[in-house]
Amino acid sequence: MHDLTPITAFGLAEPTVFVTQSCQLAERPRIALASVAARLGVDEACRAVITDLLRADAPDPAAWLASDIYSAFWMGPDQWMFSADFPDVEDIVARLKTSFGETASITEQTDGWVSFDLTGEVEAVLELVCSVDMRTRSAGYASRVSIHHTGCFLLIEASDRVRVYAPRASAGSVFHGISQAMTSAAAR
Amino acid sequence: MIINHPLLGPRDSAEFTYLGDASLLNRPDPDTATPKDWHDYAYLRDNPAGLHRELWFHEGGDRSWLVVTRNTVTHEITKVELARDVARGLASDVAGMGTKRSGG
Repeated sequence: MHDLTPITAFGLAEPTVFVTQSCQLAERPRIALASVAARLGVDEACRAVITDLLRADAPDPAAWLASDIYSAFWMGPDQWMFSADFPDVEDIVARLKTSFGETASITEQTDGWVSFDLTGEVEAVLELVCSVDMRTRSAGYASRVSIHHTGCFLLIEASDRVRVYAPRASAGSVFHGISQAMTSAAAR
Repeated sequence: MIINHPLLGPRDSAEFTYLGDASLLNRPDPDTATPKDWHDYAYLRDNPAGLHRELWFHEGGDRSWLVVTRNTVTHEITKVELARDVARGLASDVAGMGTKRSGG
């Protein structure tokens, strides 16, 4: 029997957290991710499966939504990223392949990305690190953005709460970029 | 320069990378193409002073390929389409089954 200890994207046992007076940036481990790409000619059938899983229409461009088990955001034409929490849906790919069958190609993305929750006065931070203007966007918005020269996904959950998915291999760089912006924003 | 993405709306051109002439979509049929066809496809481009259809990749966004119609003199962008829609329009033209899409 293996006795393995899961580690975070920073190689630690506990999630990394950075706090300023106005914001908190918290690593959020234990999230299962898988990308779903509709196959050519059966995109309507694929969307029907998504509707079943999310109990809502597939997310539109630049949007995300959550149901009781899965969350999903739009990544590109006929492509979505699905997420779910450990430990219930740790085998997300097997589950989605069963659901989607031949209508979509499913690719494991768990641990390809690190997840950060930025909470508090996020407007002042985001305007320093990426092109998304929180004043013109609302909850439900999802977009790929460049943060600290790194391609990330940004999901707006509320006016004071966003989720960032950054490439796991660049977790330190993105965390550094956002935490520095938080320090600058708090010093204003 | 702002590129009006068909799905995502106006986006800064810094989010995109440029590939070149959209005629790259018209790849010769490997079964019938002659060496001259491949030579022309690989090496020959028009270099118009005026409207030019070109391929842009939304690297900092949804990673879709776009066909952007841009005036090379003024940089005015008059049309932006998803490259896959243009390519599918071309394919259906070849098959004689579809109507040619505007600009495709």
